[in-house]
Amino acid sequence: MSGVTPSRSASPSRKRLTDVPFLEAIRLALSQIRAQKLKSFFTLLGVTIGVMFLIAVVAVINGMGRYMEEEFAGKLMGVNTFTLRHRPYFEMHTTDEEWRSFARRPRIYLHDVEPVVKALPPDIMWAVESRDQIPVSTKDMRPRDVEAFAVDGSFFEIRNLNVASGRLIAPHEFASGAKVVVIGQDVKKRFFPTTSALGRELRIGGVPYRIIGVMEEQGSVFGLSVDKFVVGPMNSPLARLLNRRFGVIDGIILKSSSMQGMRDGMERVRQVMRGRHKLRPAQPDNFSIETTESALTFWAKIENILVMAGIVLPALGLVVGAIVIMNIMLVAVAQRTREIGIRKSLGARRRDILSQFLVEAATLSTIGAAFGILLGIGLAALVAQISPMPASVAPWSVVTAVILGAGVGIISGMYPAARAARLDPIVALRQE
Amino acid sequence: MSPHTDTPVSHTAEREAVIRNAGLAPDEDWVIVTRNIQRDYDMGGEVVHALRGVDLAIRRNEYVAIMGPSGSGKSTLMNLIGCLDTPTAGEYWLNGMLVSDMSDDELARVRNREIGFVFQTFNLLPRATALHNVELPLVYAGVPSQERKRRATQALERVQLGDRATHRPNELSGGQRQRVAIARALVNEPAILLADEPTGNLDSGTSAEIMRVFESLATEGQTVIMVTHEADIAAHAKRIVVLRDGRISSDERRDTFAQRVALAQAAH
Ligand SMILES: Nc1ncnc2c1ncn2[C@@H]1O[C@H](COP(=O)(O)OP(=O)(O)OP(=O)(O)O)[C@@H](O)[C@H]1O
Ligand SMILES: [Mg+2]
Repeated sequence: MSGVTPSRSASPSRKRLTDVPFLEAIRLALSQIRAQKLKSFFTLLGVTIGVMFLIAVVAVINGMGRYMEEEFAGKLMGVNTFTLRHRPYFEMHTTDEEWRSFARRPRIYLHDVEPVVKALPPDIMWAVESRDQIPVSTKDMRPRDVEAFAVDGSFFEIRNLNVASGRLIAPHEFASGAKVVVIGQDVKKRFFPTTSALGRELRIGGVPYRIIGVMEEQGSVFGLSVDKFVVGPMNSPLARLLNRRFGVIDGIILKSSSMQGMRDGMERVRQVMRGRHKLRPAQPDNFSIETTESALTFWAKIENILVMAGIVLPALGLVVGAIVIMNIMLVAVAQRTREIGIRKSLGARRRDILSQFLVEAATLSTIGAAFGILLGIGLAALVAQISPMPASVAPWSVVTAVILGAGVGIISGMYPAARAARLDPIVALRQE
Repeated sequence: MSPHTDTPVSHTAEREAVIRNAGLAPDEDWVIVTRNIQRDYDMGGEVVHALRGVDLAIRRNEYVAIMGPSGSGKSTLMNLIGCLDTPTAGEYWLNGMLVSDMSDDELARVRNREIGFVFQTFNLLPRATALHNVELPLVYAGVPSQERKRRATQALERVQLGDRATHRPNELSGGQRQRVAIARALVNEPAILLADEPTGNLDSGTSAEIMRVFESLATEGQTVIMVTHEADIAAHAKRIVVLRDGRISSDERRDTFAQRVALAQAAH
């Protein structure tokens, strides 16, 4: 037969996706991106904004979460610690109904302490506390609001509070209700910036208290200082400023040496209090026992909502962006139908056309995602700078954002490309 | 894959039968053989019969002009021969391969390796340089970059455009653009060179220049099939096929008298 070329010889090239080398494809994509500036701009914008917000929002939430676990829980609550209060401290979605029922609950009294502590094994440490924001002053300084604590028991040990100078409140001072206080670093710096605070006088509710100790610096939680506090004995007049009714306290703090000890202790305290409040078996508890976990559970609830919002909102943005990108791509492909016709008439296969458009969409999306990552990290850093919220970029959010962003760009580039690649060369060539 | 590649023998036999039935010499090198090839366009219920059954056989190295009145189906036939379009009915063998039932990818390969197509409107990529335009068929043939450049440059030199390699189409004259298109059509050394009114958009001086290019290619042994309206252009060809209403109305080998008759018919 005459120089017949069997079409079987087409086989070797089938193994590859396309005969166009990868770098060639990228170069072609870049020149196309430059040529269709408007399309490229909107694609970039869509992907960049989506990726940026996803990373930034997750970074802020993540930062708050890490703070919650590392700082808040440890600093303010301590491990294996639980508290007995008349109503929960960490609670979301309190309805008016619930609020009123909390208000009707009997308070916790000083005389509840002894029966509670007695029911517990001797290795358990206890403390009582009442607290509120009240103004304190000195003879020559204007009043300033601080967190005032009236406490008894092993308050300082449970809270891990150590003195930087001076000493802690002694047992006999607790017993007699001596008018002595220890103060936090902020209070010291505020009222005695240059001199020693020890032995000096601090007025609380018009009553002078002698400063016997200054505590170590605690730092801050959510940008709010936790060093702005004063602590005095429960038996001192200070207690009446925090809870007007005599004998009423905010709560009892109990610390066990082990997790199991804490769990057992919580159940015993519950039984003791049910008995003291004379609750019948059918009635629910009218007091709250909370642990560090309660605080973390509380946080986890908020975090879940925030994370959902943080992912859903940018994701929605990406979907809207995808629709825009897809429309722009459809127009772009229509404009380039003639080019597709020319390429097909010269031997481009469907997959060559398809991969050309895919590489284009992927290149664009990758550039968009890269910008988005940089801007997202920048935005997170900015938020951390100008607001008290700490932000730390979560690696998974970067990965998710890139997958989402690039995915959106590629899928929205894929559909028009798949349509264009199916055209007969002559049909494509006829279009103007 | 279409079945013909699995049973090439029976199709070859079929083709030979077609050649014999058509009264053609079976020992000649027939690069194109069509049998009763048809193309209908469905225009929303009304069917346009652009080709009503064309039997055409063309030898390797022939220089064929296709003529006929407007709407007679010349472009339709060229697009079918060039594998840019698929026939509604009939068979088409190109270089011994039954093209009329090839798959998409196989057709792409045939367009790439066997066919060089020159359009009336050039169909160059506007943003690509002359060199890159000429390189395109080699890109889809999987030729490495270095060799691509070399062969594309060679093809441009062949049409006297070696010095315009880095120019974009809008920096070239009409005649130069068409020569780039010819270089692109030739770069893969195709079995056939097809041209559908290649001088339709050019002035007469430039037309003559382009015709000289085709002429010299034909002389070098390139198979050329060209659609034209102009009798003096057709006069360059060694064979003139005239279409009328979707059918071949005359098919004459070059010989002064017969050609004159064909041209007179075509002029109608
Ligand atoms: N895409 C199409 N859709 C519908 N009808 C078509 C299409 N292409 C061609 N036709 C019809 O088919 C017939 C043949 O058209 P074709 O383009 O092959 O003619 P032609 O001989 O090339 O004419 P011209 O000399 O004007 O280029 C015409 O009647 C035309 O209207
Ligand atoms: Mg035509």
